[in-house]
Amino acid sequence: MAETDLTRIWVYLSASPLLGLTLTLVAYLLAHRLYLRCNSNPLLNPVITAILALILFLKLTGTSYQTYFDGAQFVHFLLGPATVALAIPLYQQFSRLRAVLVPVIVALLIGVIVGAASSIIIAWAFGASPETQLSLAPKSVTAPVAMGISDEIGGIPSLTAVLVVVTGIIGALIGTRLFASLRIRDDSVRGIAMGVAAHGIGTARAFQISPMMGAFSGLAMALSAFATSVFLPWLVDWLRAVSPGWL
Amino acid sequence: MQFLNGITILLVYQLVGEVIVRLFDLPIPGPVMGMLLLFLSLLLRGKVDPSMDTAARGLLSHLSLLFIPAGVGMMVYFSRILDEWLPIALALVLSTAITMAATAGAMVATQRLLARKEGNDG
Repeated sequence: MAETDLTRIWVYLSASPLLGLTLTLVAYLLAHRLYLRCNSNPLLNPVITAILALILFLKLTGTSYQTYFDGAQFVHFLLGPATVALAIPLYQQFSRLRAVLVPVIVALLIGVIVGAASSIIIAWAFGASPETQLSLAPKSVTAPVAMGISDEIGGIPSLTAVLVVVTGIIGALIGTRLFASLRIRDDSVRGIAMGVAAHGIGTARAFQISPMMGAFSGLAMALSAFATSVFLPWLVDWLRAVSPGWL
Repeated sequence: MQFLNGITILLVYQLVGEVIVRLFDLPIPGPVMGMLLLFLSLLLRGKVDPSMDTAARGLLSHLSLLFIPAGVGMMVYFSRILDEWLPIALALVLSTAITMAATAGAMVATQRLLARKEGNDG
């Protein structure tokens, strides 16, 4: 009796967008709490924890991704206005940027091209499929923009979203050690490198080190999002032209 | 009300961005064009409206929440990730380290070059 009632409620809920939306928010809030409780350990990044918990839940209840997404799309939709909103921190940091404009532009262009080309080439060298290589190419760009680029060049946007998050975590984990071993101590340089390679998650890590490193990292994240969306389609076309049949 | 004003402005910029990208067949995502347009108009106006600042802060402080629905889409590609985990892992780790080192190196080298040039000029 009670069981059939529960089944009926479940059948009703699983057909309504309310479930997917609420599950997304609850999973994120719980994952965020766990992250804070463990002293912001980057391995417990709330995005990864929440994604894994949601996948587990959907698999256990036999719910399809499509059903879940009917509700979660309301959160997903906000990626668009959030991307537009990146113009505001960019504008607020613009005066600091002017002083180092030329070095930042050079670093940005080199970083963006090296980042995309190296991920495609390494993935290709170890036998990844063309779709995977293309999904990896925008991995260093903030997720909303990376997903748009991935779609544009023929990658898989949702695979890109996951790869972007993992890239940010790797960047946050290796950044300080890498800079120390390269003897780079200037916070503006460290910030720019962090933002170009590891977008928002790297920026969050940079703010823990110093406000200046954080500001430059946020700036680099916004600029590289723009530069990558301009240059990556060209780079991919060029790679296709020099080696036909590879991508 | 502030948040509503701010989010409306952001949506208008996104909409204009999408229209321009489609109209001129540009290879960049519509929201990125919207970001560029907003940035340019902020430069022209010389200040950020408090309502827009409120909306932007609200959205950007929980940016990571917004990746989750797409990230769950990974469940559809589980077998691909299992099949290709080695190239994916190597590409992520090596390429992130290479990108960081190349970016930092390029910035330091350019700064030195400019400083030397300035030294010669002066």
